[in-house]
Amino acid sequence: MIYRRFFGFPTLESRSPFAEIERLRRQMDRLYEGWPYQRPTSGVFPLVNLTEGRDNFFIRAELPGMSSADLDIQATSNSVSVSGERKIPSESKDAKYHRREREAGKFSRIVGLPSEIDPDKVEANLVNGILTVVVPKAQAAKPRQISVR
Amino acid sequence: MADSKEIKVKEKQELSSPAEQTTPGPTFTPEVDIFETEKAITLLADIPGVKPDKLNIDLRDNILTIIGDIEPAEGADEEDVVIEYETGRFYRQFTLSEVIDQNKIDAKMADGVLRLNLPKVEKATPRKIAIKAG
Repeated sequence: MIYRRFFGFPTLESRSPFAEIERLRRQMDRLYEGWPYQRPTSGVFPLVNLTEGRDNFFIRAELPGMSSADLDIQATSNSVSVSGERKIPSESKDAKYHRREREAGKFSRIVGLPSEIDPDKVEANLVNGILTVVVPKAQAAKPRQISVR
Repeated sequence: MADSKEIKVKEKQELSSPAEQTTPGPTFTPEVDIFETEKAITLLADIPGVKPDKLNIDLRDNILTIIGDIEPAEGADEEDVVIEYETGRFYRQFTLSEVIDQNKIDAKMADGVLRLNLPKVEKATPRKIAIKAG
């Protein structure tokens, strides 16, 4: 290819005829890097949603088919651990499976919390397969209203 | 036998283009187990967060549709810190063979698991034929 330089003199520099296309392809690759959007997770079962209210943290996880007897929840001053085992009851001996997508097994997960909490006041409930753990913040970590004189 | 294995993380399967939905929000495909015995076919679906009165099981033209609506769990004054999964309605469709007696289908829900019992039509249950001698 022949390029014109500033001074108007054409030069005989040859680039690969595919240079433009290569540049376009690199730009398109960069465009698609983040797609489809992969939500960053910890990669540990179960996936949790941690939300924060004024006085509490809320940890929620989807644990269908679990009874509270198979669940073990522990709390320290800055983390909550959820462990247990999901059991899938075996059906009658002559059952033939067409499809098997649900998984059973053990799991154990620690959720770190951004501020100090009170482990003695942690409450948890399991309803319709959703585990909700209410974690009250420690007194010192609660926001206090400061009045301006 | 060795200790039971550990569960691995499985991302919820989101439907990319479901039929027109009237409520906003994502739609997910629940995981199911389907097995068959002599008398019936049973379907077990994991639908956590669905209350029994928000579950809709529709059967027409041999197509079984399961729709489970959920309510958002978070309170209004909560802020997100870490969100690893989304919640949305559950939707899955199956085509039933004529072997199912559609009038006798029954459904039970417990701990976020739906158990759907689809009994087979009488003539489809295998029967041993006794051979009379003589």
